[in-house]
Amino acid sequence: MIQFEDIHKSFGRNRVLRGCSLDVRDGETLTIIGGSGTGKSVTLKLMLGLLKPDQGRIVVEGQDITQMDEEELAAVQRQFSYVFQGGALFDSMTVGENVAFGLRQLGEKDDQLVKKTVQEKLAVVGLQGIEQLKPSELSGGMRKRVAIARSIAMSPKYLFYDEPTTGLDPIMSDVINELIVDLHNKLGQTGVVITHDMRSAYKISSRIAMLYEGKIIQVDTPEQIKNSTNPVVQQFVTGSAQGPIQMKVRAYE
Amino acid sequence: MSDQILVSPFEQKLLRFLGGTLLSITEALGKMVILTRQIIYWAKSAERGAVFEQVVAVGVESIPVTMLTSLFTGMVLALQTGFSFRKVFNEPLYVGTVVGLSLTKELGPVLTAVVVAGRVGAAIAAELGTMKVTEQIDALYTLGTNPVKYLAVPRFIACIFSIPLLTILAIFIGIIGGEIIAVYRLGVPMTVYVNEIRQIEWKECVHGVTKSVFFAAIIVIVSVYKGFTCEGGAEGVGKATTSAVVISMVLVMVLDYFLSAILVSFGIG
Repeated sequence: MIQFEDIHKSFGRNRVLRGCSLDVRDGETLTIIGGSGTGKSVTLKLMLGLLKPDQGRIVVEGQDITQMDEEELAAVQRQFSYVFQGGALFDSMTVGENVAFGLRQLGEKDDQLVKKTVQEKLAVVGLQGIEQLKPSELSGGMRKRVAIARSIAMSPKYLFYDEPTTGLDPIMSDVINELIVDLHNKLGQTGVVITHDMRSAYKISSRIAMLYEGKIIQVDTPEQIKNSTNPVVQQFVTGSAQGPIQMKVRAYE
Repeated sequence: MSDQILVSPFEQKLLRFLGGTLLSITEALGKMVILTRQIIYWAKSAERGAVFEQVVAVGVESIPVTMLTSLFTGMVLALQTGFSFRKVFNEPLYVGTVVGLSLTKELGPVLTAVVVAGRVGAAIAAELGTMKVTEQIDALYTLGTNPVKYLAVPRFIACIFSIPLLTILAIFIGIIGGEIIAVYRLGVPMTVYVNEIRQIEWKECVHGVTKSVFFAAIIVIVSVYKGFTCEGGAEGVGKATTSAVVISMVLVMVLDYFLSAILVSFGIG
């Protein structure tokens, strides 16, 4: 379980998170939705320990990661895996080396075992026989799937996805959505997804949390979010240009 | 009335500019010191394969350009010394001494550092900068790998090991270049030139090589720091690369004076 308790985070004068609180329950897939620049990626990076909050506690399995030194944090981070928006595959390595990277870093020396794991994980994401290709030779959808294979190769307890369907065509988006649901059902990992693609959010989530003005304003099941009476949530999920979010943007201008 | 100090808008702007610049310089220096400490901490657990790969990229692949620049530097040094001394003394005296000492104590280490800063420093900043903006450095963290250990340490060890060796090579090639001009163009007898070169003492060599170790550290730390702190896509990578090269070259020149002064005061060179 991950608990986010009254987190504040600023970059210069830009106050991104202003008292954000959220729980990620074991075994669920929680999706964080919100407009661009509202701090979704920052929230995810804080959970991972890649950023430190200015104020507040982030508790992972009962341990406050904000107070940890690098080594303690590294031990907690071994339970995490992150699928970056652009894949963040290592350009200098082949697909096979990318997927094997985490295992090698964990000290796995058995080449046969690593090779077998790589093949298995690539098969899970539907990409067999591409171990020798370089990331530059892959399409956007393939890169995302390789990034997912690399993330699950380490058998993490928590899997984080940063906008997994952004920049993909609708069919490939749905392939990725089904893959996320399938992985969740098969492996039982806890997933945290950030997206502004509502079709994707409804399909993959156990719960959806809406981030707005640095705070979580509603956390509920996809059905409840769809029928939310909160005007901000309603405007976001229906994708309307008219409503409080737009008003607020104009007020800032 | 309160004790308000009246500051004109121009003075405010000036103070803000100076203060901001000072803050960013001290922040960068502090971060570089922390980076150096982390590199030294992780140095003992460096992977041999990665270090070897970097030695090839930094050292072996820099041999041709280092040889070429030092050869011509030695040649022009001999030529200029010969002609200048011919004007003053009517014959090209001390060509070997001037070429040998200049190359061993100054031109060898400094020129090699400048060449390597341009070739290797730029490559390090561009490669790490691209990794930073494409989130590959964050990906390393999430895959249980410390980027300083995985990326910075092999480059640091490779530079500290290769650049002094490249410097020794540059000095040797430069002296040969000087000899070609001294003997075949200026008519200095080979034995005279060789005897003058033999007069160079060990501590003069130590002086040059010691400086090259510090230059190597400067180049690699500045370039790695610029790569790791790169922001803003392709434009950011370009800026990081340019500033890595410019800052390392300037620091090499500045540090050269102070290191020389310190080494000489300790009787080294």
